[in-house]
Amino acid sequence: METSQSAWGAKARPQTAAGAARSGGRAVRWKEELAAYAFLAPSALLFAAFVFYPMAQSMYLSLHVTDPQGRIAQFVGLDNFASLFASPLFYSGLRVTGQFILYTVPTTILIGLMLAMLTHRALPGMRWFRFVFSLPVAISVGTAAVIWLLLFHPSVGMLNYFLGELGVAPIFWLSDPKWAMISVSILTVWMNLGFVYIVLLGGLNGIADDIFDSLSVDGAGPLRKYGQVVLPLLSPSLFFITIVSVIGSFQAFGQFHILTKGGPMNQTNVIVYQIYQDAFVNFRFGTGSAQALVLFAILLVLTIVQFVFVEKKVHYQ
Amino acid sequence: MYPLLFTFLASFMTAEEAGRYPPPLFPEGLYLGNFRTALELAPIPRFLWNSFVMAGAVTLGQLVTCSMAAYAFAFVRFRGKAALFAAFLSTMMIPWEVTIIPNYLTIKTLGWMDSYPGLIVPFLASAFGVFLLRQFFLQLPKELFEAARIDGCGHARAFFRLVLPLGRPALATLAVYTFLNQWNSYLWPLLVTNREEMRTVQIGVTMLQWEEMMSWNLVLAGVSMVLLPSLLLLAFGLKQLVRGITAGAVKG
Repeated sequence: METSQSAWGAKARPQTAAGAARSGGRAVRWKEELAAYAFLAPSALLFAAFVFYPMAQSMYLSLHVTDPQGRIAQFVGLDNFASLFASPLFYSGLRVTGQFILYTVPTTILIGLMLAMLTHRALPGMRWFRFVFSLPVAISVGTAAVIWLLLFHPSVGMLNYFLGELGVAPIFWLSDPKWAMISVSILTVWMNLGFVYIVLLGGLNGIADDIFDSLSVDGAGPLRKYGQVVLPLLSPSLFFITIVSVIGSFQAFGQFHILTKGGPMNQTNVIVYQIYQDAFVNFRFGTGSAQALVLFAILLVLTIVQFVFVEKKVHYQ
Repeated sequence: MYPLLFTFLASFMTAEEAGRYPPPLFPEGLYLGNFRTALELAPIPRFLWNSFVMAGAVTLGQLVTCSMAAYAFAFVRFRGKAALFAAFLSTMMIPWEVTIIPNYLTIKTLGWMDSYPGLIVPFLASAFGVFLLRQFFLQLPKELFEAARIDGCGHARAFFRLVLPLGRPALATLAVYTFLNQWNSYLWPLLVTNREEMRTVQIGVTMLQWEEMMSWNLVLAGVSMVLLPSLLLLAFGLKQLVRGITAGAVKG
């Protein structure tokens, strides 16, 4: 806590002309503090206006019913939360969100890990592969979803064309309740791969080269090399990317909005999409806020898990 | 990789080629008509411009606010530093779902719907940016600042003359990262813009799709035009971007 003691610290600093420096020291300290606040003011004001105030406002809204303009109509206490926890749609939303996470996170990490392991050694031409595998980072949900919307198209889409070549009957990717979530997940895996790949590649590059070299000298097979030595060393990156991916999947919105709009039969109606519909389609800001707060609680738990476990369980080099 | 290739190749196909089934993999020639028609169908240059203004302004703004705050946290002694830093970092943990409804209402009350301030101002500060820059500033050689202080150099001068020039690599990282994120943002522009001339490319490109579902060569021509800037940025800024992402990863 060096900062809370800075008042003492300033006094303790070696001063030559003690008397003059003490009164001057106070003025200098004042100037320091003023400078600090001046430097911090822009960020602090923006955070106050667009993060902390809305945070409080969300809690306030969640206890009220509003009119479509967002003005408070009535105080309802915890009714918004009560009706939320009594609604089957909310639970189906949670279930669907869980399903989405289960489909996307392990797949993305596994593929990303494989690609990172294949490309992390400095071989000629690897830069191209790295660039190609990183590409999806630059692609937004909006454009990615539009591209895949065309690929998924039941009659003219390319995916069904390829399936047809293989003799498989066309799949209604986005309108079949059984397939819709899988389809959105495929797009999401494709989209997130770049980010996951970059993080894992960074992790692999952080492992000292001599470890790889000594393994090669030992004659360790690739399975033992990666499975027993590299994976444990990579666990901080793996853990980080897992938590970030889970949180990211929780918050995914664009692909649902563009591809399925929550349908068919609410099979892709994830929590975030429900919040959007509640607040910005039906203009029920109160229940929307209540849902957002529940989501926040879930995410907070995840983040805390990250902070606790990252210290204990994960192997640092 | 295939979806991207498909996008670029198909955007050069003529309507007749694209209408064929099975669709050909390669276009027969470089047909540029799609781009022209797509440009006529939707005001894509306008969308691109909007996105550019939004992402550019947010990037510049974040560079200013973040570098200032990071300077204070790295080099200035003041009371309550630890608490303030914790407060800054805590904003990273608050997800947008919680803040988006009140922010939407704020923008509405301010009359900033369908305007650049509405798109830009809420994103001008970033805890991630402050954190990234502070870490970098702390690694700068301390002796330099001691020397500057003895020379009677104040904070303002130290900031402009020393920290900003020396911090260029970190600033570049933040710039690429922020610009790409903003360029690709979807939900917020969707909420705060209604009029077509204020839409950003990400929203615009989905509108194209509703209008012209069947002639997908047109849609993909639009998509290509939207993608090109971000791919160019990636090609030039991949190193910076990777540094930003891994900085986030190792913070632990």
